[in-house]
Amino acid sequence: MHDEPTPIELTKAVADFLRDDIAPMISGHLAFKLRVAINILDLVGRQLTLEQGSDAAEAARLTGLLGIPGALIELNRALAEKIASGELDLQTQGLTEHLWQTTMDKLAVDQPNYASYKRELGKERDG
Amino acid sequence: MNEHDLTRSVMAWYPGATGVAAARKLSGGASQETWSFDIVHPLGNVGVILRRAPRGHGAAPTRAAGLTAEARLMQLAHDAGLPSPRVLHELQDSDDLGTGFIMERVEGETIARKILRDDQFAKARPHLARQLGKIAAGIHGLPHALLPKLREMSAAREIGELTREYRSFDWPRPVFELALRWLADHDPGPSDQITLVHGDFRHGNLIIGPDGVRAVLDWELAHLGDPMEDLGWVCVNSWRFGEIDKPVGGFGSREELFAGYEAAGRKVDPARVKFWEVMGTLRWGVMCCGMMQRFRVGPDHSMERAMIGRRASETEIDLLRLLAPRGR
Repeated sequence: MHDEPTPIELTKAVADFLRDDIAPMISGHLAFKLRVAINILDLVGRQLTLEQGSDAAEAARLTGLLGIPGALIELNRALAEKIASGELDLQTQGLTEHLWQTTMDKLAVDQPNYASYKRELGKERDG
Repeated sequence: MNEHDLTRSVMAWYPGATGVAAARKLSGGASQETWSFDIVHPLGNVGVILRRAPRGHGAAPTRAAGLTAEARLMQLAHDAGLPSPRVLHELQDSDDLGTGFIMERVEGETIARKILRDDQFAKARPHLARQLGKIAAGIHGLPHALLPKLREMSAAREIGELTREYRSFDWPRPVFELALRWLADHDPGPSDQITLVHGDFRHGNLIIGPDGVRAVLDWELAHLGDPMEDLGWVCVNSWRFGEIDKPVGGFGSREELFAGYEAAGRKVDPARVKFWEVMGTLRWGVMCCGMMQRFRVGPDHSMERAMIGRRASETEIDLLRLLAPRGR
């Protein structure tokens, strides 16, 4: 077992330092690059926070859809093949919901400010 | 390349030029560069742009029309009264600058967020979608006989290319599979009209001023094909920059785009436009995956490229919104 602080806390400490102490000191192209760097650290932090839960739920849904257990990457390969072959489609019970949930979980990590994501999140909250 | 090389070239073909000034590289990879500079002239300096492939890098990648074709298309568009810079010179061997061309520099803005938010564009914004429709119709109406040699694309070929490229990444994406399947099932077949297609008609390639569109740039992906492709591509959500309820570049409606197009005497097929919007959304997603690939294996190990790889999921949510929309 590794000791504290956790990778999430460590990553956040670096991101906060860059954002609060370094960003105000630089400008121009380097400032742009720094913003990208901070965005990366924020993304890593979100993935470390959310990944375990969303991966487990995704694997459970995939096992339900495909009727087989397996590693997430293999389950996704199997799903991709079945969609490509037409064996599964949007009429398949649970497929639409699965694709939506998986995609929402990806956006929550990759780009939570993306307008399409915020719109869909709003639908879930109001619904 | 430096100002000395440019001066030698410019003095040979621009009558009265006495030199060049303010040369700077705007962008450039290994194979293609864009430069801005001023031709110094007693009657007043002339701002110009150089697009060139340095010597030894003349061979175009498969999708690219090539700089010679680009120059020809821009000049044709200019001559037809479309917003396009005048081409001043096509590089010759004697210029010793590689292959490419020099065109007038058009002042204005290409950055979408500024065009969508800055006050100076507020008056232009409500008219841009209609104006783009008119411009697209003009591009599609350029006479075949005058066009340079271009590859011809169809929906089926494009699906084939995207499928091959996506599969080469060897990373399963069920939403992309769904989109490929949808595209194959909804392929409207060969278009009854085959025209010049700009191929990258969107924010970033449009110079816009407070008075509207001033120039259409970057004809690198020009080809022959279904003209509805350009109308679908300009509606892809990735070019709305947050203004998701305004499908045309975040500033206008499809109806305005179509009205401008039809007022210029051409017909819109909305079902084909939707088909190409789905194709375009997937295409941008596949391009994002390609960026990730280049980040990992290529020479460009930049953070920006890495992060574009993580934007493929944006196109997945947009594909779901198009193909499996949820209520309200």
